[in-house]
Amino acid sequence: MTEPIIRTVDLHKDFGDIRVLRGISVDVKPGEVVSIIGPSGSGKSTFLRCLNRLEEPTSGSILFRGEDITKTKNIAEYRQRIGMVFQNFNVFPHMTVLDNITLTPILEKKIPRAEAEDRADELLRRVGMLDKRGEYPRKLSGGQKQRLAIVRALAMDPEVMLFDEPTSALDPEMVKEVLNVIADLARSGMTILNVTHEMGFAREVSDRILFIDEGIVQEEGSPEEFFTSPRSARAIDFLSKVL
Amino acid sequence: MDKIIKILVRFYPVFLKGLGGTLWLAAATVLFGTVLGLVIAILRMSRIRVFNAAAGVYIEILRGTPILLQLYFFWLMLPKIMPFQMSDTAAILVALIINASAYISEIIRAGIAAVDPGQWEAARSLGLSETNMMRKIILPQAVKNILPALCNEFIAEVKGTSLASVFFIPELTTSYRTVQSTTFLSIQPLLIAGMIYLFVTTVLSWAVRRMERRLKASD
Repeated sequence: MTEPIIRTVDLHKDFGDIRVLRGISVDVKPGEVVSIIGPSGSGKSTFLRCLNRLEEPTSGSILFRGEDITKTKNIAEYRQRIGMVFQNFNVFPHMTVLDNITLTPILEKKIPRAEAEDRADELLRRVGMLDKRGEYPRKLSGGQKQRLAIVRALAMDPEVMLFDEPTSALDPEMVKEVLNVIADLARSGMTILNVTHEMGFAREVSDRILFIDEGIVQEEGSPEEFFTSPRSARAIDFLSKVL
Repeated sequence: MDKIIKILVRFYPVFLKGLGGTLWLAAATVLFGTVLGLVIAILRMSRIRVFNAAAGVYIEILRGTPILLQLYFFWLMLPKIMPFQMSDTAAILVALIINASAYISEIIRAGIAAVDPGQWEAARSLGLSETNMMRKIILPQAVKNILPALCNEFIAEVKGTSLASVFFIPELTTSYRTVQSTTFLSIQPLLIAGMIYLFVTTVLSWAVRRMERRLKASD
């Protein structure tokens, strides 16, 4: 039994009186691709955002490779090892594509500029955007911005990638190009947690599905099990609405 | 009308010199006000409660009392407490700077707050330190929000420094007082000074609007 790369223990998160997460305990093994699905407002994005402490959990703990990161003062060090991709891309608009990618490796990992740029070029080639390296983000399409955001995160050589609805803000014709990049990444052995509304994609690339509703994991299992024979009433109801 | 022209012909160097004084006062006020305002804004945004509260009180006092009263206060106090000889101009300039710093600190704070929260999250998620995040991600984007407001502050100071004429500091309204007391004509030199103010502020407003458009276009 390999050690989980991420383990949450009884994770709770309140926003004022609203209890968004009500005790989530999950293990994610290295190399595993986990899709997190559920109705909107179910807490699935909040759960993901707790994992790198963009949201501070109210109680419970998060273990990253066995180390509790809920109390650490050096959260930035862990964030360098946990990549994140947002729904709204959040690329840096005042920097070129290349600077978006190389900024953090150069500043925080002290990688020489030339080396960081070589690595950025290699990543850009992988996602078919090498010709855009000198452009500013305003010249990019939504799909290109999201691919840039993925590359920017990958440039830090993270041990796990968190995707927070990466295709929800995209025009339909651009969804595929982003999903292809994520699928490639999944095949390459990256550990992935993916909050998504793309059921077909979740079924295709995931090793495991987490179905979250009302702040708890209502059901988990292989994509086959979950999509063909869901057990919980909530999952059955949810799937009947989205499929 | 011919009186206005006569005054202009005879006293235009006085008005020009006054305008020079006004622009110099306004520029120095905004420049040093920005430096001080940045410090106040940083304290105001600090998580350390004492700094935060002290900056809040500073801003409240300066924005909640009349500027003319502040000018009197510093004009009376500063020469007394300073170990060296302090001119009226220096005392008034310090007062103007301190007053402006309160407004400018709020401009800076608002400019930083207006940066998309997603930019903070992306910077943090990458593991950038707080300092590098501010330096490389937040402040460069906040400058776009701050710059037009700072220029408007400069325009406001061009008009606001006229209060310095109360203390006979060389600037445009003081020029009016000089000409008035030499010629015993009031309305005509007042109109001249007013026209000069209007011309300068109109040109500057136009320039700021142009800059704003260009900043928007580069988004």
